[in-house]
Amino acid sequence: MSAADIANSNPSGPNPDGEPLLRIRDLKVGFSAQNRVLPAVRGLSVELSKGEVLGIVGESGSGKSLGMLASLGLQARNAVVSGSVVFKGQELIGRPRREMRSLRGSEISMIFQDPLSSLNPVMTVGDQIREALLLHNKNMSKAKATERVLELLQLVAIPQPDRRINQYPHEFSGGMRQRVMIAMAVANNPELLVADEPTTALDVTVQAQIMTMLRDLKEKMGLALILITHDLGVVAGHADRVAVIYAGQVVEEAEVRELFANPRHPYTRGLIASIPKLTASKEKLYSIPGAPPMLGALPEGCAFHPRCSFAQDVCRKVSPPTVELGRHRASCHFAESLPSWDDTSRTAQSKERSHG
Amino acid sequence: MVGGLVVLIWLIATLFPTWLAPHDPLTIAGRRLQAPNATYLLGTDALGRDVLSRTIHGAQHSLPIALLVVVSAVVIGSAAGAISGYKGGIIGAAIMRLVDITLSFPPILLAMAVAASLGPGLRNAAIAMVVVWWPVYARLMRAQVLEVREREHVEAAVAAGAGHFRILTKHILPLCWTPILISATMDLGQAILLAASLSFIGLGATPPTPEWGAMISDGATFFYSWWIAFGPGMAILTVVLGFNFIGDGLRDYFDPRSSK
Repeated sequence: MSAADIANSNPSGPNPDGEPLLRIRDLKVGFSAQNRVLPAVRGLSVELSKGEVLGIVGESGSGKSLGMLASLGLQARNAVVSGSVVFKGQELIGRPRREMRSLRGSEISMIFQDPLSSLNPVMTVGDQIREALLLHNKNMSKAKATERVLELLQLVAIPQPDRRINQYPHEFSGGMRQRVMIAMAVANNPELLVADEPTTALDVTVQAQIMTMLRDLKEKMGLALILITHDLGVVAGHADRVAVIYAGQVVEEAEVRELFANPRHPYTRGLIASIPKLTASKEKLYSIPGAPPMLGALPEGCAFHPRCSFAQDVCRKVSPPTVELGRHRASCHFAESLPSWDDTSRTAQSKERSHG
Repeated sequence: MVGGLVVLIWLIATLFPTWLAPHDPLTIAGRRLQAPNATYLLGTDALGRDVLSRTIHGAQHSLPIALLVVVSAVVIGSAAGAISGYKGGIIGAAIMRLVDITLSFPPILLAMAVAASLGPGLRNAAIAMVVVWWPVYARLMRAQVLEVREREHVEAAVAAGAGHFRILTKHILPLCWTPILISATMDLGQAILLAASLSFIGLGATPPTPEWGAMISDGATFFYSWWIAFGPGMAILTVVLGFNFIGDGLRDYFDPRSSK
């Protein structure tokens, strides 16, 4: 891919043949420990088309980051990965490391949670972005690369790029550093950008700026975006589709409006109910009882049943099927029969929980 | 500051000994075994050579050797430690066991054994010292690399598609040098001491080279002519102290928490 243009390449739009840009099927990641495998991701399946924003939501330790990292070949040494990850028609699982390396940073990029520790403290910002460029364009001249670094810094709205280019990360504020990370990530016109909690370490106003910028870039460059986060607010405002992950599996997936208007999985309902509400400030904030299951001690049946207020006998024994309701998927025995969801039931649930 | 000044003086002595030395270090300048006096500020030795001049010229042998030894040890040790820390696995473990074995010998004994098997001479003494010294840096470097390797910017570099060599040389090693640098500065003094020790027992410099350890060894046989050993002894003392001061200063500079 030519690295010359950022702003006017890759017109976004649905892929003509309907093949998604990325399709993860039944991805499993486990850690081998004491002659057994502890499952961390237990059959993750998501799809993403060109130019789409997919939000992946889950609690800490639910396997959301791990699953995405593993699909890019970035798992820990003792991790066991199986399943299928197809990117632009090519299978990524089991590909040679060298090929994965040339794919990472050029067609698939990542940005990480903490922009301070994600930048090399002893390299100037300009050198780091230049490195990202030169890694995938061996023939690019130094001068050309510098020119392009300036262009990229402008693209991510860093003022005075010609001065900033020679500064070190510690001379940048948190938001500016995340902009630098983004500039590095989009340096080679990737088609897919995986943002792992991109705004968690930033304060709220900066969060909004960064998210707006990511969306702008997505529009300009036509990239698809995977937004890994535990912040439902970010997802509600910026994602097209949302996948909710619990204990290493997608428990519910839907268009963002549909998900918030009509959640069909009790876990999703719990997550939405635990968002603080401005109108109901006197009530105790709802929280889902219990904690996510430990890696080696998954409950039988539905992984969520010990924390679920709708749990029946069947939930304790049989793991739930994935129920498809149009483009809405939910893995719950009662996905279709759960009571309808509106603000009153939301309050009711939160009341029942906080007093019970 | 003081350390820098002392070392600077010795550096000048190393580079331009004839500027400072009043006499030729190898020719017989006067009557033998004279006590310090106005002509011979530190007296003369058993052959009548000027001790002060010999001490000043001695810097020419001790300082470059120490520098060479420490630099070689740093290069070899850091490379081994970096590979061990970054790759881990069997290679890493093998390197570290070799380090453990080397460090389990008292340094002076091992250096003596190596120097003795290679034969006397400053060059062989230097080789022996490198053999003794590299494991120290291997350990230091490995610990550093192990820590820096897990930092997020390294993961970010992997995610950007960088290869192992680039990650190690550009994203890990530049963050690992501080303790190595401090330790190396302090070790310069120790290396001078070890070189002198080897010469003292006859495994280093051969006569008539004005090497400090060899000079002290000469002085030891003329016990009542204390000045023969006094000159080179003071030289070793001041140089070692000087390098230690610089090392301390560097540590305070790089890590302000360690100073009060």
